[in-house]
Amino acid sequence: MKTFKAAALSALMATTAGQPMVAADLEVTHWWTSGAEAAAIRVIADAFKESGNGWTDGAIAGAGGVARPLITSRITGGDPMGATQFTHSSAMRELIEAGFMRDVTEIAEAQGWKAQIFPQSLLDSCTFEGKLYCVPSNIHSQQWLWLNNAVFEDNGLAVPQNWDEFVAAAPTLREKGIIPLAQGQQAWQIQLMFNVLMVSIGGPELFDKVYGELDADYAAGADVAKVFKAAAEARDLMDGSNVQAWNEAALLVTDGRAGGQIMGDWVQGEFMQAGLKAGEDFSCLPGLGVHEYITAAGDAFYFPKVDDPEIIAAQDELASVIVAPKTQVAFTAAKGALPVRRDVELSDPTPCMEKGMEILKDGRIVESINTMVSPDTVGRVTDLVVEFFADPDFTPEQAQEEFAEIIATAD
Amino acid sequence: MSQSGKPTALFKNLSAKIAAIPMVLTALMVFVGCSVWTIIYSFTNSRLLPSAEWVGLDQYERLWGTRRWLISIENLAIYGILMLILALVIGFLLAALIDQKIRFEDGFRTIFLYPYALSFIVTGLVWQWLLNPEFGIQNAVRNLGFETFSFDPLYNPDTVLYGVLIAGLWHTSGLVMCLMLAGLRGIDEDVWKATKIDGIPAWKTYIVVVIPMMRPVFITTLVLVTSGIIKLYDLVIAQTGGGPGLASEVPAKFVFDMMFVSQNLAQGFAASTMMLVAVIFVIIPWAYLEFGGKKHG
Repeated sequence: MKTFKAAALSALMATTAGQPMVAADLEVTHWWTSGAEAAAIRVIADAFKESGNGWTDGAIAGAGGVARPLITSRITGGDPMGATQFTHSSAMRELIEAGFMRDVTEIAEAQGWKAQIFPQSLLDSCTFEGKLYCVPSNIHSQQWLWLNNAVFEDNGLAVPQNWDEFVAAAPTLREKGIIPLAQGQQAWQIQLMFNVLMVSIGGPELFDKVYGELDADYAAGADVAKVFKAAAEARDLMDGSNVQAWNEAALLVTDGRAGGQIMGDWVQGEFMQAGLKAGEDFSCLPGLGVHEYITAAGDAFYFPKVDDPEIIAAQDELASVIVAPKTQVAFTAAKGALPVRRDVELSDPTPCMEKGMEILKDGRIVESINTMVSPDTVGRVTDLVVEFFADPDFTPEQAQEEFAEIIATAD
Repeated sequence: MSQSGKPTALFKNLSAKIAAIPMVLTALMVFVGCSVWTIIYSFTNSRLLPSAEWVGLDQYERLWGTRRWLISIENLAIYGILMLILALVIGFLLAALIDQKIRFEDGFRTIFLYPYALSFIVTGLVWQWLLNPEFGIQNAVRNLGFETFSFDPLYNPDTVLYGVLIAGLWHTSGLVMCLMLAGLRGIDEDVWKATKIDGIPAWKTYIVVVIPMMRPVFITTLVLVTSGIIKLYDLVIAQTGGGPGLASEVPAKFVFDMMFVSQNLAQGFAASTMMLVAVIFVIIPWAYLEFGGKKHG
């Protein structure tokens, strides 16, 4: 009997040879629940399952605002998942500092990620005290103005090529009863739009001086005043877009009830689903056509520290699956995002994605606000701009003054 | 006399006292202990994780300099006062009407109480749809032919609180009605007969005789409704998310957002301590009047 067992065991070992450990079930939490996102996570799950491990899907409904507190409280509460999707942000930094997260430096070095992953900033924002704590999965950029070409052409206007032309075209759209700028009212979207204006109207140096160097005097100065002036313009343009979610705002644009929307590149999927073709039916202006710089932040996977060696092996496996070229191509195509590797060819990219790739290759990249300042500071800026955009009597001068105060005490 | 009386008082109902020990301990450790812990850490600079670095009153200074907190408090005050008055008035009126020995009383009671069985999230969602101009009440009335009818309280910063209030009242009034009805049923028939003989009109009997007799019911209702008001959170989340702008922010949402979204625990602790202080300011005078008064009188 004993010999039989040993034989069976060795047979089992033989079939799983090549794998470092016995397969394990890995629970992966994420908040990718919309159609395209769910398809994208399935690509990773399938590739991971091919390695013989099990995938327990921990999808959390509701966007990052709902999921992030859940994920962090599970980790701090001593019930960590196997791995979790997260956006690059300093929200994670405290968990790393407190020793809750596992570093994946060894895998990164063994597989030579440094040479492959592009842009470098993706790895930088995962790095803490010289060690790598997350695996970037894809790049999303926020600084885009999306326009429905037909809305402009039908009203005898040229399709705007930059923010100023867009503002100039707005009165004509208003006369026809069209909302020039559709924006969802949720706080994160308002914050996103404001900081897009900061990068695009103000330029990357301004953005870095404000959020990177936290120069309060500069934030109160004339350069930043231009950004607030543009924000006040945007506030007038979006008057009447009483929708909450970003895809509802996109629907206003694709329906022809609104002219354009400032939103990240993930909105492209909505335009394409509405049957519009990039470049022909809708235009995209990176950096609002002014300063063509984009944030190369995106999503990443983090691995909480666990004791179980099987789970650790499965974590290693998932980490290498995510950056594998094959997964990258299929995954980013499904998600409508840009890959994190330089050496993969996109299958059938849209003109907008090509524009994005070109900007990335030129290195015209700005850091994301989420990695530059603490979530607390982001929250205070958000509260301010949410109030500013909701109240037409809130003057840009007063908003800028309060903004400078936040920057003065930011961290 | 008093010396021999004390030990017997301690050991009187011994089994009941032993049975109460777990709950007493829970109350002490969970409620009092956690409250004290929260208050202590509100004087630190804790961010995502509690830290023991003392910063004195900094968190409170920042809190009272934050406009969103001030708006939240103002909103809660407006909502609270209106909710308290309207819930009691509507609940009492419904109860008085149902008490007229009408037919199908059980049916009506069920209908009015039903909303209370729904969670605030569901209530909020339903009313968000009802008050949505695109497919709610406004649209329905417009489809009837009143083209210019406009009713979209949730999309106007000046009226959004009343939109939330409508949903809150719909949810709570039924419960208040049931409590009031029980109170009304507890009034002796003879009281009614006596006032009838004296020729006092029914409305006057309610105000002058019945309502003062129902004082305990009113106090119970007051406590229930007030605790619901201070907890106000899910309704706002489901209906408005705090918007438009910051127009429907409430303290509980401020605390949650600070602690878990902004990852600034200490600021959230400071805010929740202020909420606790506010509750204590209301409860202590009331408890003194209610319990302290009786002992002496």
